[in-house]
Amino acid sequence: MLASISRRGILAIYAVIIIVPITVVLFGSFKSTQELFEGPFSLPQSLAPDNFAEVIGGQDLGSSFLNSVIVTGISVPITLFIASLAGYAVARLRGFASWAIFGFLVLGMAIPAQANMVPLYVLFGRMGLLDNLTGLIVANIVSTLPIAVFILGGFMRTLPKELYEACSIDGTGPWRTYVSIALPLSAPSIAAAAIFLFVIHWNELLYPLLFIQSPGNRTLPLALLSFQGEFQTNYPLLFAGVILASLPVVVAYVFLQRYFVAGITAGASKG
Amino acid sequence: MSTHTGTAAKRKAPDSTTEAESKKRRSPTRVNPALYLFPLPAVAIIAVFLVMPTLQAFQYAITDWNGFSAAFNYVGVDNFVRAFTKDSLFTNALTNNLKFVLLVVIAQTLFSLLLALLLTRNSRGNVVLRALFFFPTILSSVSVAFIWKFIYDPNFGLANSALGAIGLDGLQGSYLGNNSQALYWVAVTQVWFHAGQMMVVYIAGLQAIPRELYEAAEMDGANKWQQFKSITWPFVAPATSIVVAYTTVQSFKAFDLILGIAGNPPKGSLDILSTRIYSTFANSEFGYAAAQSIIFMGMIALVTWLQRRLLRLTPKGE
Repeated sequence: MLASISRRGILAIYAVIIIVPITVVLFGSFKSTQELFEGPFSLPQSLAPDNFAEVIGGQDLGSSFLNSVIVTGISVPITLFIASLAGYAVARLRGFASWAIFGFLVLGMAIPAQANMVPLYVLFGRMGLLDNLTGLIVANIVSTLPIAVFILGGFMRTLPKELYEACSIDGTGPWRTYVSIALPLSAPSIAAAAIFLFVIHWNELLYPLLFIQSPGNRTLPLALLSFQGEFQTNYPLLFAGVILASLPVVVAYVFLQRYFVAGITAGASKG
Repeated sequence: MSTHTGTAAKRKAPDSTTEAESKKRRSPTRVNPALYLFPLPAVAIIAVFLVMPTLQAFQYAITDWNGFSAAFNYVGVDNFVRAFTKDSLFTNALTNNLKFVLLVVIAQTLFSLLLALLLTRNSRGNVVLRALFFFPTILSSVSVAFIWKFIYDPNFGLANSALGAIGLDGLQGSYLGNNSQALYWVAVTQVWFHAGQMMVVYIAGLQAIPRELYEAAEMDGANKWQQFKSITWPFVAPATSIVVAYTTVQSFKAFDLILGIAGNPPKGSLDILSTRIYSTFANSEFGYAAAQSIIFMGMIALVTWLQRRLLRLTPKGE
């Protein structure tokens, strides 16, 4: 009895600690600063999207949004493609070759991005990848390729080898087997990996901060960060930015929740 | 029962012959060499953009290169000596970071285990609460930072408003403005951010524990705490090792959250290793920043190793 009451109590309190701030941010994005400070918990007096108009138009978050869409829209599929090719080879090769390739690719997970930012910056400078979206796409691919190989290769290895063998006996080449057997059968793990990559690439801050100079090339997280200095306590404006930056991920979460949990947990179990 | 094993055996028999046959068939058919082309793009990318730069970091670390001039000198271990003995900014960031990691690892591991224990069963209500508790994980660090900046705002913030509303004005504080507490409040934010993610890892571990064990323990008269100590905790050891390792790396790298909540560059009481490396880099001390990066990597490895030793988190039966 007592245990059940304290169980419910803990869960209820924590639910409040998550729901209330998020509701305040959502309501607050429609308020004026004064309205927010006077009644942070109250419903907004009007739903006029003034703050959104200001951040999208006035502060040019609209173009940052577009940049984020371009970068993520390109970097996620490319990472998935390259990682699935490698994962497929790892699943089909045998013995030392398979083990060595997988080990080499996955080892990268142990290197934190902040640890090689200086050499990476120098390298990107030499390759003309600073201050443009291509550089951000390359950086996203590099930083998440190891974990994508880990997720996809790990899954493709569990598919029965006979499936692949049957195809090669028919004389089908490895490319056809990859397209018509490996990819369709791995759909669940590809979906999970896609979600995981989408969240990481969409929210990435370090690389834009390192590489991007021109305001026109900012992605959303970097544009938001630059708000922090400019609008110290203009919370409604900050909140409108938060909503805009979170919207695509939240919408995806509502519809694809199962894959989110699978993907992000697969990413976490890398340890 | 006997028919069941009978069919199983029958089913197994042809299986094993095909396996033997396919082995016979497999050994002469060599691996198609074209398969070696498939991992090439990934291997090339990792070699050029990850392995090479990491090795280069070691080279830069023993120079005084400023990132622009062609000339630089090899200075041996000077950068490392400077970091540990002459640079109070660095030792401050190191201390903060270790404190932060310790706080977050302990709090997040225990809290996510608690949530998982309360939500282990797959009832409808539990599934909804899990989805809610998981939610913050998908937000960007900068978004989470802004949400909590407002919660902690000393004048208009949610925390002080809520405390005032329930008559606890005495507990109101300035949170991030208080230098001796700021790091603790960011640790609270970090746990809010990622506890739901770790909860999911724990739930998977908890659901794999056979129910019969608890039933047997109950018959032996073991109380809840004894059951937790002798069944639950040992059985979730693999999950704990994942949670602890992941949380450690995550809180070492709390770069985005710190910059979002404290600004760039953060004030001293909130400076951690990754933000310090970035500031050193932004100050065009490339050689010194590379040395700090290597210390940073070393610290992550050291702490992870220490935890494994201290917690003896080797999964059972492996």
